[in-house]
Amino acid sequence: MNSEKERGFPGIRPLGAPVDWSGAELPLEQAAFPVPFASGLEYAAPARGGWNIVHVGMLLPESHQIFVCAQGCLRGVVLTAAEMGAMDRFSTIAVQERNVMQGDMEELILSGVEDILGKLPQKPKAVLLFTSCIHHFIGCDLNYVYGQLRQRFPDVEFTDCYMNPIMRKSKTPPDAKMRQQLYSFLKPGEQKDNFVNFIGNTQATPEDSELVQLIRKAGYGIRDICTCRTYPEYLEMGKSRMNITYQPSAKLAGDTLEKRLGQPHLHLSFGYGLEEIGKELSRAAEALGISSPPDWSENREKAEQALWKTAEAVKDFEISLDFTAAPRILSLTRLLVEHGFTVTSLYADSFLSQEQEDFLWLRQHAPRMRLFATMHPKMGIYSRVPEEKAGNKVLAIGQKAAYFTGTRHFVNLLDGGSLWGYGGICRLMEEIQEAAAREKDTQAIIQVKGWGCCG
Amino acid sequence: MKQVCGLLSTYTADVSGVCSALYEMGGMTIMHDASGCNSTYNTHDEPRWYHTPSMVYISALSEMEAVLGDEERLVQQAVETARQLRPRFVALAGTPIPMMMGTDFPGLARMIEKRSGIPAFGFSTNGMRSYLSGAGMALAAVARRFCDPSVKPDPIRPGMPVKVNLLGVTPLDFSVNGSVEAIRSLLEENGFQVQSCWAMGSTWEELMSAGKAHVNLVLSQCGEALAGELFQKYGTPWVTGVPLGEKFSSVLLEALKASARGEKVPSAFMPDLPEKSVTSEEKPFVLVGEPVFCASLREWFRREAGVPSVKILTPLEGGTGILQPGDLSPAEEDDFLEQFPQAACIVADPLYRRALRGKEIPFVDLPHEGYSGRMYRAQIPVLAGEAFSRWMEDRLKTVLL
Repeated sequence: MNSEKERGFPGIRPLGAPVDWSGAELPLEQAAFPVPFASGLEYAAPARGGWNIVHVGMLLPESHQIFVCAQGCLRGVVLTAAEMGAMDRFSTIAVQERNVMQGDMEELILSGVEDILGKLPQKPKAVLLFTSCIHHFIGCDLNYVYGQLRQRFPDVEFTDCYMNPIMRKSKTPPDAKMRQQLYSFLKPGEQKDNFVNFIGNTQATPEDSELVQLIRKAGYGIRDICTCRTYPEYLEMGKSRMNITYQPSAKLAGDTLEKRLGQPHLHLSFGYGLEEIGKELSRAAEALGISSPPDWSENREKAEQALWKTAEAVKDFEISLDFTAAPRILSLTRLLVEHGFTVTSLYADSFLSQEQEDFLWLRQHAPRMRLFATMHPKMGIYSRVPEEKAGNKVLAIGQKAAYFTGTRHFVNLLDGGSLWGYGGICRLMEEIQEAAAREKDTQAIIQVKGWGCCG
Repeated sequence: MKQVCGLLSTYTADVSGVCSALYEMGGMTIMHDASGCNSTYNTHDEPRWYHTPSMVYISALSEMEAVLGDEERLVQQAVETARQLRPRFVALAGTPIPMMMGTDFPGLARMIEKRSGIPAFGFSTNGMRSYLSGAGMALAAVARRFCDPSVKPDPIRPGMPVKVNLLGVTPLDFSVNGSVEAIRSLLEENGFQVQSCWAMGSTWEELMSAGKAHVNLVLSQCGEALAGELFQKYGTPWVTGVPLGEKFSSVLLEALKASARGEKVPSAFMPDLPEKSVTSEEKPFVLVGEPVFCASLREWFRREAGVPSVKILTPLEGGTGILQPGDLSPAEEDDFLEQFPQAACIVADPLYRRALRGKEIPFVDLPHEGYSGRMYRAQIPVLAGEAFSRWMEDRLKTVLL
């Protein structure tokens, strides 16, 4: 095999030459909030653990997904379903040029769905019908389409889902929209019972979480789509008296259910500050009607001890984090810095608005921490250079940080992993120690799409 | 129903085909897309992404830009990034929304080239056709633009190797499992010198010296337009086919030599074997996949296995001059549901098994990266020479027991 230079990669840094990181990296003290880097062409790192709309949709038991898109858009979602072994719950209708030109899109969808449902060995309870950017722009009459489908298939429920990445930077990005629509089959007017729903998560919240303990203390059971095995079980979620969300991308779903079903919505922050967690637990106790909230000081103390102990255990490592690891990545970074971890780099393209306080704290207390964009074009060709040099032990939290730093010591954390609260911090510290002690096959792990979606 | 897949997957689209073809050339390829095309490409269509850097990006088209038809940001950012990264060229490739916006890709390319001083291409792909068209147009465009028309091959002398270019080679058809290297070796062991391989494993300088070749070997439909381009530029003749098995490889090698000498050679796919009588009741072997590969595989079955009745079903476009009466192109899902139960044996990507719908028909899993992506990469055999024969014979013994 010829070297990269010989094989004709003129834009790639010759080995040993200085790297020009301008535009893709800066010290935290020079970073702006909430968008530290100029937008431009975008690179995508081969870290694929995050869940996409197919993975999230598959949480709905006994449902079938139908995507109506161009071949290029279908390719990614079909193979998502195939790789997760869910092709029997997945079908497609390919949009071609003639459908755009001739304006027969509604008919294409109706005939296509009819054909697909006719071929299935048994009709699904619910169909998630995904239209795409094309339908958005040509003004496809989706009301007519869904009306017709409900008439033609009265025994099947349909909902509108969207694969419209062009809305990625809008107020309703596809991920939040998907989580909203996932609960759109829940019926209004149900008699409420003594259950509370967790909404918008992709993993069930652990039983030892303070949140779960609080709900149990209030005398409520818990429902979560992550643990539903049947469609009727899912529908029971409509009877719950309250919804709790803590993923930022789930807030829209919670707000929508509050309006539509009258279920009060408690949105908790997914911050890591020990004070902040205490405040959120108090809010939760109040919302759950607990008159004498538990004393969490012991839990907090345990978290504190776990933090210091772990910092000592990984003192030989430089820590690197990326934004896919946790929604409040700056809050987590601050927590680690406050407890003596040597955090040297952070990979993120933008931050949530609620991260501002943590950002300002970090800028003051860790001004030289290196902040890297993950999508900047330079990351595609200069990637995996900075921390890879010999003798520099790096422990990454998050898949992108693991890829860019080239380390095999990493915590495979995505979206916070439902590790909410003091208990979540203790678990995370265990995972950090485990990552320091044992190498992982980074390449094999981070290339799995939708980590954990298959069980 | 046409355009509907209740059971089956889909092939890599044209926009990924452009990226795949240009991947190793040192250019910068920009998919004009909001998002999604990049993850699809680098997850399912590009096995080189993890270890081999290449400048492939998306434009991150926004809703407002699409509504307003604003392409100035794309041009500005392409120019700015090109100035920083110094690619050999800039290539733009379209997706569905730019198609609806009526984006003038060649026009944008001219603007980028004028402002940056770096050669630029604009490919009007739309994500609605297969990788064959995207890769095909990209390879041909590079040759048209960059290959020096004054380059000429040396006369063929006895004892000197015949120089050959390999055309239409991407991981989408040949993966990264040593197949391309095996094809090179096979040629070199038989008196050829590979002048260039379009476009895996060759340097830019090798590609630019394609005019020195005496003959071209088209290994997939991705190389068809390029073959036409090189014929127009240099008068280089071409032969089409993948050298599968000893016998068909010999046919191809002879055809290449004769063609290099300037002889007019018939298609390697012509039924030049004495046809065994095929009765109408005889069930055919059914092959599914890329037309050039399937046609070569049919030759393997005829010549190595003595199977007279072989039918090709391909959902991919093209195949003119390669497919034969009775073949089906482009085949839709309903065609597979109808044809599979009538087959004596099926050779296809494992994801096509779903079209059997529980019926027990002998089925040889022959994974195709352009269809199932990375899922079965480890099971893709070496697609050349006797190694392929051994693999296929072994599989046939198992499934036809």
